Amino acid sequence: MAECILQVNHLSKTFGNHQVLRDIDFTVSKGDVTSVIGASGSGKSTLLRCINLLETPTSGEILYHGENVAARGFKAPKYRSHVGMVFQSFNLFNNMTVLENCITGQVKVLRRSREEAREHAMKYLEKVGMAPYINARPRQISGGQKQRVAIARALAMDPEVLLFDEPTSALDPEMVGEVLGVMRSLADDGMTMLVVTHEMAFARDVSNHVVYMNNGVICEEGAPAQLFGSPQKQETRDFLSRFRNN
Amino acid sequence: MEKFAKLFTEIGKLWAKYGGSYLMGIRNTLILALAATAIGCIIGFVCGILNTIPCSKNDSLPKRILLRLVRIVVRVYVEVFRGTPMVLQAVFIYYGLPYFTDNAVNFSSIWLAALVVVSVNTGAYMAESVRGGIISIDPGQTEGAKAIGMTHVQTMLNVILPQALRNIMPQIGNNFIINVKDTSVMFIIGFPDFFAAHRAAVGASYLYFPSATVEMIGYLCMTLLASLLLRWVEKRLDGSSDYELVQGDPLVMTAGTYAHPDRGTPFDERSKEFQAQQASDKKHRERTQQELTHGRTRGER
Repeated sequence: MAECILQVNHLSKTFGNHQVLRDIDFTVSKGDVTSVIGASGSGKSTLLRCINLLETPTSGEILYHGENVAARGFKAPKYRSHVGMVFQSFNLFNNMTVLENCITGQVKVLRRSREEAREHAMKYLEKVGMAPYINARPRQISGGQKQRVAIARALAMDPEVLLFDEPTSALDPEMVGEVLGVMRSLADDGMTMLVVTHEMAFARDVSNHVVYMNNGVICEEGAPAQLFGSPQKQETRDFLSRFRNN
Repeated sequence: MEKFAKLFTEIGKLWAKYGGSYLMGIRNTLILALAATAIGCIIGFVCGILNTIPCSKNDSLPKRILLRLVRIVVRVYVEVFRGTPMVLQAVFIYYGLPYFTDNAVNFSSIWLAALVVVSVNTGAYMAESVRGGIISIDPGQTEGAKAIGMTHVQTMLNVILPQALRNIMPQIGNNFIINVKDTSVMFIIGFPDFFAAHRAAVGASYLYFPSATVEMIGYLCMTLLASLLLRWVEKRLDGSSDYELVQGDPLVMTAGTYAHPDRGTPFDERSKEFQAQQASDKKHRERTQQELTHGRTRGER
């Protein structure tokens, strides 16, 4: 049994009187690649944002190595530096070049020297194939390139878990391929990842655990072969059949 | 036509007599406007940051109360100084302090009093501009910064404010130009600005219109110059619209390599890599030279 990094217990989130997440339980262990699938509005992204404390959970707990990060007065910044996040809309810093995007966090948060941060950033920028573009600004590169830089930025912080919030939803099909390629190679390197995605092929082939969410609850979860091969619940079957048709 | 001729001769007369005091006035106006705009911007930024500190239910009670209090204070400051004329503020502060303290507390110089009034006034306007600038930045930028573990202050200083500054640059320019003109009300406390020079000149010469013409031209020149400067600064802030690819091949020296001057390029004679290479080459040459004259030190013997 691999070391458990994140454990979510009875997590709920309401916006006003609209309950988005209901009693969510699941764990992320070291080396896991977990895909979260489900229809739009089923609470996938909110779950991910709760884990990174970008949303404050209404109730329940999120244990990071046994420590409840959802507790009142918890210092979020340090925790967030261990949990990387890649956004649907990239969120690269527009006032910095590609290289500075990857350096700033290391220098300001991890207190690395600029030189060290630079070498570290270059390592990951090379990995995602963006090394030639280090002097470009975010507005000058394509969506797929931005997302690859965003992945490099998150990796440069040496996170324990990497959260992906629909990383390919804002990209056209050609660019989806390049980003998924990078994610695939990260999975091969043993990176722990939690991926909210609509890419069923990725969920099936790359992840070792799939969570299907419906209406704010975890409807079904299991190994990809099992969940895609023989889904137990009617909702899961309905959802997956929509993808099989195209 | 002869009216114009008359005007010119009278302006000439005025200039001959009071040119020095006009120029001194221009100098004082520019210094006051520039300094007050700069200080006002700092006040504005501080207020803007204070106003946008996030307050969540997870924070402790004292922190939430403190934040509320800070916001109320900033709000009151902005509303009071935006909502009253600067002339009155000047009078109020300059004569009010000695009035209440029986002349114990006085402004030691008119410069200080004028600077305080104009700065605080500009600050009140800038606070709202900065708040607008911060709001205008995509929330995704904040989320991106938070997600890599930055604190609120780090996020503000490194990500949000540089972008907000660019967005409110036209506003800062606006304020500077307004200050150039509005410092003229500081004559009320006796500040020797450009407008005060006009008052002194007409008081002695009664040439109202010619002196007003000098003032008009003078103020217009100052503000036009300011506009030009601001456009230039904005262009600088935007940065180059081009970028250079950094080639993987070390033999191709791209312009991109200059982005890291501390590292140098392989062709740069001051570069560490180049110097190391030189040193090892030199050593090798010396060794070969020695071997040629004295034979090898190792092996054959």
